[in-house]
Amino acid sequence: MFESRAGVLLVGGLGFFAFAFLSNAVVPILMYQHLPEKEVAELPNANLMYEFEDLSRRFPESFAKHYGQPSQEKCAEALELGRKIYIGEGCWHCHSQFIRPVSNESRRWGPVSHTKEYQNALQRPVMFGTRRVGPDLCREGGRRSNDWHAVHFHRPASVSTGSPMPEYPWFFEGDPSKPNERGLAIMTYVQWLGSWLESYPYYEDYQPLPTLQENGP
Amino acid sequence: MTSATSLPNEPKHADLVDERIVIQYFLAALFYLGISMLGGLLMALQLVHWNPLRGIELLSPGRWRMIHTNAIAYGFLANSFLGCLHWAIPRLTLRPVLSRKLSYFIFAAWQVVVLSTAVGILLGQAQGIEWGETPTWIDPLALAGLLLVAVNFMAPITRAKGPLYVTLWYFMAAFVWTFLTYAMGNLLPEYFVPGTSGGAIAGLFIHDLVGLFVTPLGWGLMYYFVPILLKKPIWSHGLSLVGFWGLAFFYPLNGIHHFLYTPIPMFLQYGAVIATVAVEFVVTTVIINFFATIWGSGRAVVTNLPIRWFYTGMVFYFLTCLQCSLQVTLTFQALIHFTDWVVGHAHLVMFGVFSLWLLGIMTYLFPRLLGRAWYSRALCEWHFWLSTVGLFVMFAGLTLAGIFQGYYWASLQSWDVSTDGSQPFWILRVFAGLAMFAGQLVFVYNLYRTWRGDSSEAAVGIEPVRA
Repeated sequence: MFESRAGVLLVGGLGFFAFAFLSNAVVPILMYQHLPEKEVAELPNANLMYEFEDLSRRFPESFAKHYGQPSQEKCAEALELGRKIYIGEGCWHCHSQFIRPVSNESRRWGPVSHTKEYQNALQRPVMFGTRRVGPDLCREGGRRSNDWHAVHFHRPASVSTGSPMPEYPWFFEGDPSKPNERGLAIMTYVQWLGSWLESYPYYEDYQPLPTLQENGP
Repeated sequence: MTSATSLPNEPKHADLVDERIVIQYFLAALFYLGISMLGGLLMALQLVHWNPLRGIELLSPGRWRMIHTNAIAYGFLANSFLGCLHWAIPRLTLRPVLSRKLSYFIFAAWQVVVLSTAVGILLGQAQGIEWGETPTWIDPLALAGLLLVAVNFMAPITRAKGPLYVTLWYFMAAFVWTFLTYAMGNLLPEYFVPGTSGGAIAGLFIHDLVGLFVTPLGWGLMYYFVPILLKKPIWSHGLSLVGFWGLAFFYPLNGIHHFLYTPIPMFLQYGAVIATVAVEFVVTTVIINFFATIWGSGRAVVTNLPIRWFYTGMVFYFLTCLQCSLQVTLTFQALIHFTDWVVGHAHLVMFGVFSLWLLGIMTYLFPRLLGRAWYSRALCEWHFWLSTVGLFVMFAGLTLAGIFQGYYWASLQSWDVSTDGSQPFWILRVFAGLAMFAGQLVFVYNLYRTWRGDSSEAAVGIEPVRA
């Protein structure tokens, strides 16, 4: 069996692959099958709608042109496009979307990630990420204003000194005050991340170390 | 094999191996290697603020990062492997592939797959699966291609008489595994399985690509070429069995180690860690086997360039798997996950092992395919040293960078401290990458002069042997 065609193909090739698939993939699928999976239309929540409406006030012409009124349906549309952009631009290769229970991550960003946060149509495929050149984003929603995001996407180094993040002027019609459909969508997507948490937004708790030392606890 | 020693009914080399397609595959592979390295250079320059091409949509480093990885995996490695298979399988089985016409069709189809992947990614259509960014509409074509590859190569393997050599176990398994892995990774997380379970599958996919596609083809080729070049058999048949079956069983169980500390169930994460350590033990037996094979012929590493490429790659393979068995532990992972340590690890294996092996095979085969010795042995040496030293510096620098990054983050300093602190390592990486790139340019120049039939005083090269 060990050196025969049938043994290699069926046992080694199919059999062991199937065993690994059953034990490592089918097991979690079965464990989580009772968790509901949300459709995109169900994802806009009150926190996100606030930011979406804020976008319509800050960038009225662009917003009216691409989305009209800031409704839940339009917000879901923006989320879907925003996620397509997040994938297409490779954002998920420099930014992660899960907080680990180690390395002080929950102090820096917020609660450790839970499976039910990933049970939605915008995590098909899941956007865990495998590298952090930039910070984790899964608690990014609500931390910064839409203005900040507009300027940051247009040229990251102008608000984030020394940032190695590439520039995305094609999200805008010329300057940061004129985001196009893609610009509005990606901002909506980023403001969505973490907006479902009860502890949102989480920016009050974390201060970078030097400030703690200067100002005391 | 000369006519004096061959058997009367033995097929001739020219009837078995289609040399033209081997050359075509190798040239295509080198083209994608160039594309991939240019993409890598772009990203490297971006990170150290030296990118002169900022703000141009079709040169966005984010998109080129995905072209970088896909061009290496599906462009360089896949094309090189296919070229090598067209040489090795007919010679091992003494049967030709199923159909030469099919072989050329597969070649064309595969280039369509790779090029449309690159164009699709450039236009922002990448699929959100690491190492599977091939746009969704190309996936069916790629799967069909993989099936045809399996059919074309299984024909001679099924027709071969007598016991099967270890290389063929690896190749057969690779055909099954590559198809299943590609289908699993590209279809399930996208269409069927969201969230954490999808993440488990994504982890399986990433590791199965390395362990069940690249590794078996690579080692299969090592088992084939090393005894031929050393003119000695592999030291132990028993260890070959342990190596193959150990890999077959344990490798597929590793995948979740790419996503440790995610919400994937903890008992599965522990399982993946244990399976990874088990693979390291299996790998050690394979390394022992190959080093016992060269025992007593160590001088070959100096005189025989392909052997030097192969054994350097094996040292790096041992190093990378040893590193893996340590870095996979949750203790290490807490510090180094998400850092450049992992990027260093990936380059050590993809370039330092598999690319070195394939470049070594090309160094061996091109003189035979072109019918003449290398134009310049000195340039061959430059190719080896620039590639190896460049890669090792990149690996060492990024590994150190990873440790720094991990500690910067854990110490809760603001994020820019980690990106600023990474600059010296990223600058070093630019130069290491340039050295690696220069090595490949030297190789292509040497190849061009060889093809043109030039000879130089330094042409004390590898003599071609005609079967």
